[in-house]
Amino acid sequence: MNADRLRSPLGRALGLGSAKEGVEHWWMQRMTAVALVPLALWFVAALIGHVGADHAAAAAWLRSPLTAVAMILLVVATFVHTALGLQVVIEDYVHHEATKIASLVLVRLACWALGAAALFAVLRVAFGS
Amino acid sequence: MPASRPLSPHLQIYKWPITMALSIGHRATGVALAVGTLLLVWWLVALAQGPDAFATAQGFVGSWLGRLLLLGWSFSLFFHLANGIRHLFWDAGLGFEIKITTASSWAVVAASVALTVIAWIAGLSAVAG
Repeated sequence: MNADRLRSPLGRALGLGSAKEGVEHWWMQRMTAVALVPLALWFVAALIGHVGADHAAAAAWLRSPLTAVAMILLVVATFVHTALGLQVVIEDYVHHEATKIASLVLVRLACWALGAAALFAVLRVAFGS
Repeated sequence: MPASRPLSPHLQIYKWPITMALSIGHRATGVALAVGTLLLVWWLVALAQGPDAFATAQGFVGSWLGRLLLLGWSFSLFFHLANGIRHLFWDAGLGFEIKITTASSWAVVAASVALTVIAWIAGLSAVAG
């Protein structure tokens, strides 16, 4: 089967093909999912290990380089995964065009803002006195 | 406006197989976890702000409402994690036979309940001890 038969005459003439970006959403959802398997398990275990910890103990924990880097990875993977996931949910269930676009923009901006606040907090503790 | 053509019956007419429940459960837990990121950000920001803000956040987490929410979020996390791994196997082209999807559904339910129970036994015994 000749794949060219599935392309339009204009597409064939221009010689343009896929930019390989069509799977970007799907692929990032999976990449972050794979990253979140160990990160989420580590985070839950660490929380259980610090149940009832006071501020000094919790800050000392977050200040250690391994913890801080893992937390940064966790925050980034969490909010990329959340933004992509909520986007699909909105696209599936919100059919009124203006409401849909407004929800998509709001959710994406909220994920960026929450992620930035979380990252700043981690860095502030990590580099703070 | 009712369609004049024949329509396939909607969701409520079907006897739900377990696979259907897990499919919508994955979405529901994903959305619940997205809401749960608010607590994660609050907790990190409070930790960065100092002992007073952190004590307020920890006080909420330790309250009955905080614990109820944490119970829901911990189960959601383990469910979404276990079912997410099931999805990754599907992405690799594995486990599509009906018998296997049913078995893996029950495995996800068992794993998420078991992990939630284990996490809470560990967490609560840390509080008591």
